[in-house]
Amino acid sequence: MANKSKNKKNIDRVVIRFTGDSGDGMQLTGNRFTEATAIMGNDLATFPDYPAEIRAPAGSLAGVSSFQIQFSSDNIGTPGDKLDVLVAMNPAALKTNLADLKTSGIIIANKANYTDKNLKLSRWELNPLEDDSLRDYRVIALDMTRLVSNAVEDMDLSVKLISRSTNMFALGLVSWMYDRTLDPTINFIKNKFAKRPELVEVNIRALKAGYNYGDTIEEFQHIITVSKAEFEPGVYRNIVGNQALCFGLITAAEKAGLDIYFAGYPITPASDILQILSGYKNFRVKTFQAEDEIAAIMSVVGAVFCGDLGITATSGPGMALKGESLGLAVATELPLVVLNIQRAGPSTGMPTKTEQADLLQTLFGRNGESPVVVLAANSPADCFSTAFEACRIALEHMIPVVVLSDAFLAHGSEPWLIPQTKSLPKIRTHLVEKPNGFKPFKREEHTLARQWGIPGTKGLEHRVGGLEKDIETGDVSYDPINHEKMMYLRQQKVDIIANDIPPVDPFGDKNGKVLVVGWGSSFGAIREAVNRSRKENHSVGHVHLRHLNPFPLNLGETLLKYQNILVPEMNSGQLLLLLRGKFLIDASGLNKVQGKPLGVDEVYDKIIELAGA
Amino acid sequence: MSEVSTITLSKKDFISDQDVRWCPGCGDYAILSQVQKVFPNLGIPKENFLVVSGIGCSSRFPYYLDTFGFHSIHGRAPALATGAKIANPDLSVWIVTGDGDSMSIGGNHFIHVLRRNFDLNILLFNNQVYGLTKGQYSPTSEIGRISNSTPFGSVDYPFNPPLLALGAGGTFIARGIDREQKHLQGLLYEAYKHKGTSLVEIYQNCWVFNDGAFASLTDREIKMETQLILENGKPMIFGRNQDKGLMLKGSKLEVISLTKKNSINKVMIHDEQNKIQGLLLSELTYDKNYPTPMGVLYREEKPTYETMLHNQLATALKTRGKGDLDKLFNDSHTWEVE
Repeated sequence: MANKSKNKKNIDRVVIRFTGDSGDGMQLTGNRFTEATAIMGNDLATFPDYPAEIRAPAGSLAGVSSFQIQFSSDNIGTPGDKLDVLVAMNPAALKTNLADLKTSGIIIANKANYTDKNLKLSRWELNPLEDDSLRDYRVIALDMTRLVSNAVEDMDLSVKLISRSTNMFALGLVSWMYDRTLDPTINFIKNKFAKRPELVEVNIRALKAGYNYGDTIEEFQHIITVSKAEFEPGVYRNIVGNQALCFGLITAAEKAGLDIYFAGYPITPASDILQILSGYKNFRVKTFQAEDEIAAIMSVVGAVFCGDLGITATSGPGMALKGESLGLAVATELPLVVLNIQRAGPSTGMPTKTEQADLLQTLFGRNGESPVVVLAANSPADCFSTAFEACRIALEHMIPVVVLSDAFLAHGSEPWLIPQTKSLPKIRTHLVEKPNGFKPFKREEHTLARQWGIPGTKGLEHRVGGLEKDIETGDVSYDPINHEKMMYLRQQKVDIIANDIPPVDPFGDKNGKVLVVGWGSSFGAIREAVNRSRKENHSVGHVHLRHLNPFPLNLGETLLKYQNILVPEMNSGQLLLLLRGKFLIDASGLNKVQGKPLGVDEVYDKIIELAGA
Repeated sequence: MSEVSTITLSKKDFISDQDVRWCPGCGDYAILSQVQKVFPNLGIPKENFLVVSGIGCSSRFPYYLDTFGFHSIHGRAPALATGAKIANPDLSVWIVTGDGDSMSIGGNHFIHVLRRNFDLNILLFNNQVYGLTKGQYSPTSEIGRISNSTPFGSVDYPFNPPLLALGAGGTFIARGIDREQKHLQGLLYEAYKHKGTSLVEIYQNCWVFNDGAFASLTDREIKMETQLILENGKPMIFGRNQDKGLMLKGSKLEVISLTKKNSINKVMIHDEQNKIQGLLLSELTYDKNYPTPMGVLYREEKPTYETMLHNQLATALKTRGKGDLDKLFNDSHTWEVE
């Protein structure tokens, strides 16, 4: 590795976005940079963003794929609002991402791709690298294709192969700028292309060429370093949200002593859950790729009736299709878990873009009074605990549970403190082994959970279904008073769970000017905004709800301790509606429905507006 | 425990405590009775039966059998049964469905469960009408049917269930009728014996909304002329005097008279495992110029979905060892903070 001949300058945090054509390997580049950053001990958060089209026309605006990372010596919760560095491998990437770059931020461009054709495709009238339209930024425009080509000139490679390795050149250069080690990427390349030595060679040479370029040219006065962040002691790894969900599920299954049955139908951004779990067969995970969303959840109902921990995952459109079946699980009081990885709607909407607009659908989107438990994960690593908690509540309370995640959490990543699985609690089930006094709708007093008598167990033969049941016998009943009792009983089963979850404990000020109430993936942005405003002596608290149905018992009284309640959401005000309706408080919303995560600045500005008033 | 080898069950073990609420005279009663007669004789512990249904008159079936049962939602019984069979392959799973439930709202699940070949049994009660919703034409009603939703006659071509099942890759396709109880009983045994998805289409009379739909097949006077009772390895003959047969001419079946000497030699021999024959027989469903085939139209042995899946689970366990969470979580780049 090159000898670092330049001075170092230490700063707190850096935001970099790698952007390019869908085929330019930006996701891979971002993931490599992330791993190297994790090794450096910084806190980090990432945000991959890519088009729904697998390969939109090369060079087009629709085909731009990006990967953003923020890393810091502080604890951070978001991939950052404004960029310090924008790597723009082609003019389309520059066009679609430039607005997010800080004034005087750095643009790293591969000049070779700024051809007349690409400029026209991305609607630049003149080449921005050649006129002064980028004068507010620091532009490092290099012909990476030629530089890589020089590095491999003894190898007799096609132009195509060379230009496909320019992402490694960019990665090498940025790694040099921010003092990241190349070793994990070199190992990765060796493994990935183990059967094609020429690819190993060209990628490593491109990577090193980029690194050495930084070391050689006069452009950079110093290397930027970021100190290690302070973490709770323990062993860490980096993790994306969907992976963390899967880990949470298999951990819960082991703690409950059950097999997992998972069924899904491919849908963005939930598909990787089916893919990941299908590889865990030695953990007794049975996966089934169903013919449609309805079959997926119905097969889960069947598997749960037979004693497996049943799970399905989907996104908004699939959630709509699963409605009737989820109602059946409510009526038959079976413990299943539905993961809804939300995306921008309505209808097909923007499949790869994030949103948190399915809260009301999840709560109310079924016929009749059909209450389910609703949880939301607040960060990629938190997906683990939320999935575990969902399984725990489902099994201990014999009730369907829906987990809300979103596209931002699904593919975003952050360091995860690997739990000691031995120290995690066991999960109780209501499985019945002997017929003594068995009645399918006999209930445990404090949870109202019914007995779980599964086929194959002698003496427990019984029938369940979607028809209303007699409150005592479980037989079909059309009695009007019985129906009303059953409706309230199903609601009570949800409400009672509030006794079994932690009360809210606001972060920051326990009373005062502003309480920010959030849920889901906006956690990081809200927490940073609250921290920033508190440093400026504003009195602000933060409650982030994991349990959305039921709410924690003390939520109402907590809200009354603040003059202003602010509810930032990536929807037009869904939690806001619930809080106002349930607690009759004058809360206000901060709403963003752009398919993008909330930013720290916008939450901060709103807090200051309320706190200063 | 030696319970399995000494199971002695009788019909009354399978009668639940619920009052049967079908219309008096409904064909469903006869089918229920046959199922209650067959189940005790299959050598299966009672607790291993799971009967699953969707929505419709026939789908009330599970309530009347004292087994594990699930009355689910419209059209989705095959999906529920799929999950049950994967969760516990030892169960004997029976799906009870109707022509609306399986051919219309549940058409997708119907074809996919057949394609995947789970070892389960589908009893398709086909009465060619929507009964529970009071008399609309169904996807198996003939074109021109006058019904509550088609006062000018249906302009909807019907599905042909055996042909659909064959196209979907079904491995056991049979047809019976509510009134022919002994014959139906035999089909239920055959369906059980088949290791794969067994479809038994059962013509069933709804005397309230579609009375007499199958009268020509049940009327003592003419049924020998209108039914072709299939027996594997036997010639396809029918008629009051067993004097007619089906012969293959070109690529079509033809009815021939057996009065001439040696004409029996021209009659096609039923081979359950011949898919082309299965196709030809299925094509006769709505053709008034031919007798209606009854019995096992087609049978094929192939591995079931749940067997292949559970083999994969066993192999993974053997080659990778029992899953270890701590190992899995640390199977990536990790770093320690002191």
